[in-house]
Amino acid sequence: MVAPSKPVTSKPDEVKPEMGRTVRFTIHRCDGPGKAARWESFDVPIEPGSNIISVLQYIAAHPVTIEGKRTTPVVWDSGCLEEVCGACTMVINGRVRQSCSCLIDHIAPRNGDEVTLEPMSKFPVVRDLWVDRERLFYNLRRVKAWVPIDGTYDLGAGPTENPDKQETRYKLSTCMSCGCCLEACPQFNLEEDPEHWDSAFIGAHAISQARLFNEHETGKQLKRDRLDELMGPGGVSDCGNAQNCVKVCPKEIPLTESIGAMGRAVTIHSLARFFAGKK
Amino acid sequence: MVANRERRVIVVGGGLAGLAAAVRVAESGIPVDLFSMVPVKRSHSVCAQGGINACNEVARQQGYSEYQHFDETIYGGDYLADQGPVLEMANWAPKVIDLLDRMGVPFNRTSEGMRDLRLFGGSLFKRTHFAGATTGQQLLYALDEQTRRYTSEGKINKYEFWEFLWPVTTGEGEDKRCVGIVAQDMRTMQIRAFRGDAVVMATGGNGLIFGKSTNSVICTGGAAARCYQAGAWYGNPEMIQVHPTAIPGADKCRLMSESARGEGGRVWVPRKKGDTRRGQDIPEGERWYFLEEKYPKYGNLVPRDIASREIFDVCVNQGMGVFGENQVYLDLTHKDPEYLTRKLGGIMEIYEKFAGEDPRYAPMRIFPAVHYTMGGLWTQFTPGTYDPSEPWGDHKPGMEAPTDAKPGRGMRIGAMNNAMTNIPGLYAFGEVNFAYHGATRLGANALLSCIFDGLFCGLGVANFVNEGPAAEAPAELVEQKVYDAAVESEQAKVRKLVDSAAGVGEQSDDVNPYMIGRELGIEMTAASTVVKTGERLQRCLAKLRELGERYSRVKLSDGAGWTNQSLSYTRAIGDMIVLAQAIAKGGLLREESRGSHYRLDFPERDDTRFLKTSVAVYDPSDADRCRIDWRDIDTRLVKPRARTYGKTESSPDAKTPTEKPAEAAAS
Repeated sequence: MVAPSKPVTSKPDEVKPEMGRTVRFTIHRCDGPGKAARWESFDVPIEPGSNIISVLQYIAAHPVTIEGKRTTPVVWDSGCLEEVCGACTMVINGRVRQSCSCLIDHIAPRNGDEVTLEPMSKFPVVRDLWVDRERLFYNLRRVKAWVPIDGTYDLGAGPTENPDKQETRYKLSTCMSCGCCLEACPQFNLEEDPEHWDSAFIGAHAISQARLFNEHETGKQLKRDRLDELMGPGGVSDCGNAQNCVKVCPKEIPLTESIGAMGRAVTIHSLARFFAGKK
Repeated sequence: MVANRERRVIVVGGGLAGLAAAVRVAESGIPVDLFSMVPVKRSHSVCAQGGINACNEVARQQGYSEYQHFDETIYGGDYLADQGPVLEMANWAPKVIDLLDRMGVPFNRTSEGMRDLRLFGGSLFKRTHFAGATTGQQLLYALDEQTRRYTSEGKINKYEFWEFLWPVTTGEGEDKRCVGIVAQDMRTMQIRAFRGDAVVMATGGNGLIFGKSTNSVICTGGAAARCYQAGAWYGNPEMIQVHPTAIPGADKCRLMSESARGEGGRVWVPRKKGDTRRGQDIPEGERWYFLEEKYPKYGNLVPRDIASREIFDVCVNQGMGVFGENQVYLDLTHKDPEYLTRKLGGIMEIYEKFAGEDPRYAPMRIFPAVHYTMGGLWTQFTPGTYDPSEPWGDHKPGMEAPTDAKPGRGMRIGAMNNAMTNIPGLYAFGEVNFAYHGATRLGANALLSCIFDGLFCGLGVANFVNEGPAAEAPAELVEQKVYDAAVESEQAKVRKLVDSAAGVGEQSDDVNPYMIGRELGIEMTAASTVVKTGERLQRCLAKLRELGERYSRVKLSDGAGWTNQSLSYTRAIGDMIVLAQAIAKGGLLREESRGSHYRLDFPERDDTRFLKTSVAVYDPSDADRCRIDWRDIDTRLVKPRARTYGKTESSPDAKTPTEKPAEAAAS
């Protein structure tokens, strides 16, 4: 049986990438906390299929700037290179995204094109493009982002779930803690002192995870704790509704929908507390 | 037994196996120190796409059983695995799924709200549970969440961005025991020792040895190689799985999940050599569905080693690859695009993102890539209660299984030596454990083996600490000088490397660590993957000796005392060369073909000589720094039979396209 022909929807290339071209990469570098930052540029020959990772790998093997000065390999964080681990997030030409899925053919198709690489600005720099995102994970603890199971012994299956709800939860659960939503958020700011993490804005990712676990039959046992946290300082009311988060999320997670849902849940929760005589 | 002592367990690696172990041990009341080179949520387990196998109620009513799952795994692994542990794993699989379900993993659901199932390679039954096309990610997140819970309760202490450097041991021979580790903070570069009553290595595979693989950048095999150099045996090093369907890339090869075949994906090339038309423009009759023709029973769902070899043969030997290059089509365009989005959304996205074409409308172009390490640290086990008078033969669906699936049939529950290396107190869980997959791994069994190790063998670790040798002689009573000496030894290695960076001017490729790493990958991929020969492996070993010699003169390109990634990478390259020598030597000495190990000069399986585990023992006095011993395999449960998957003959000229997949697609 011959399958009916279908339209090809692959995007027409706006600019056909030039073969054998060289692209200039200008990288924001810093040797460590408290050290002066500097810019260094590298000219890199581009192979078909090159991405930011293969460019940084090339520079590691040939750490020589455009001035001919020998330097050290650039330090950056990476993992799966398939855009599922979230590690290699950085700011590329002013936009936060994963560097593995950033194809050079798309961002620099012509010979002599320039690309700038910077570390995310909302987290302390460890070295060069590598930042410390511990606060992002800490905020998942604030909202108790887990299902409180009765241990790992065999106690039978979990609750059944209708497919619509599974699809909603699955989407929320693809959040890879990359930090794009936080980098783009005007309300989420660099906070190096962990003492202040409990009162600073918690971020779209954590609000969305609170929703994920409140939606689960067993996870909702901690619903009140989560809403208490989101009601407090740095909670959901600190969201300024800029909606940048949802635009930069690489997994297209409906973050603003989550923030809206949690905002409503917090309102109901606070009214319930008020009428129950609690503050 | 020492009273009121402080007990601690060290877990190295924060993927599925490490997290499952940490959670299980912490739950038993023993504090856990968990080490990982990355925040555990970013571990390589996230890359697993397809699913996790387990017998389930629907399959059971169609004649499937835990025993059938066990039999498929043994047959799939070409009888190279000890059988007891595999039986136990298959028997526990449904419980593992239930637990993950309770943890909140968003498994795909049927209209009635039950867990949905899909078909996967190596089985004729739907027995694979899945969460979209990112099952590994979802499973890892569930365990990451439980770990976060225990961390906030103070039961697990995470050391993220810490690199394992060496196991600390005391005593010699019979008395040798692992009592901790040396690790380095990858940011501050501080090196320190940690005491542990037991150490669980859960450090995954070694794909980076092959350069571009489907693995994450952290999968160097460095940690396993360090244990190996410290005296741990390494089992079946030559057993490396090449995944048939990966998207070739400049930095790595990205996996295209087996679920693409499970959901009806068809593998083909144009019948006309070098056909210049786009895949979607080539009519049905001019397509050669070589897997469906050669393997009418399993079709596109033959196991990975067979699929890889057939694709390799079609491209490399017959020159029939798409556009004359090393690539074939993996075609899903006959399926409903909305169905594909729902069932395979994640991997459809990956292809579109990295290859720039929409696989719903244009067939994907793929080629095999190194994917999984079946070999690993050699481990022991205590047999369970199932002890047949003679091995069971071919197990057919619907047959009554010769044993039930009660816990403890294959491996004794709580035995302290389950998944323990030859060094007491040093365990290996997950991919770094050689135990379960034999000569090749079935799709969707990896996630299972990781979690099973953590949950099941984690009990043995707790017992080792509470009642075993660690209770008699706890790590906290070991003299401090043992740890100081281990730290000093690692600091000396680091000093040598950092000093080499001084005065780096023009760095020649000869001693450039990145160039040595690149050459290592190219050599190992060429000599030791899909098709091997004795002659080629001899040359490979010579090349590895050359690389080892150059490595001894390596020059670091960064001498920084803060967050020095070059140091970490360069150190790993040295360890990777050592492990590569074991991989190549094991491959050379195994003069037969079995599972993923295919020797062109010895194309048949040879049970008389090689129904044995190859055990690599580190030996610095040998030219290849490696000795291979052969150990018998536990084959008391199942009798080895030929592993053919019902193969028949096929060629590009035979114009007999099969109708079967089209029927399957319509149903």
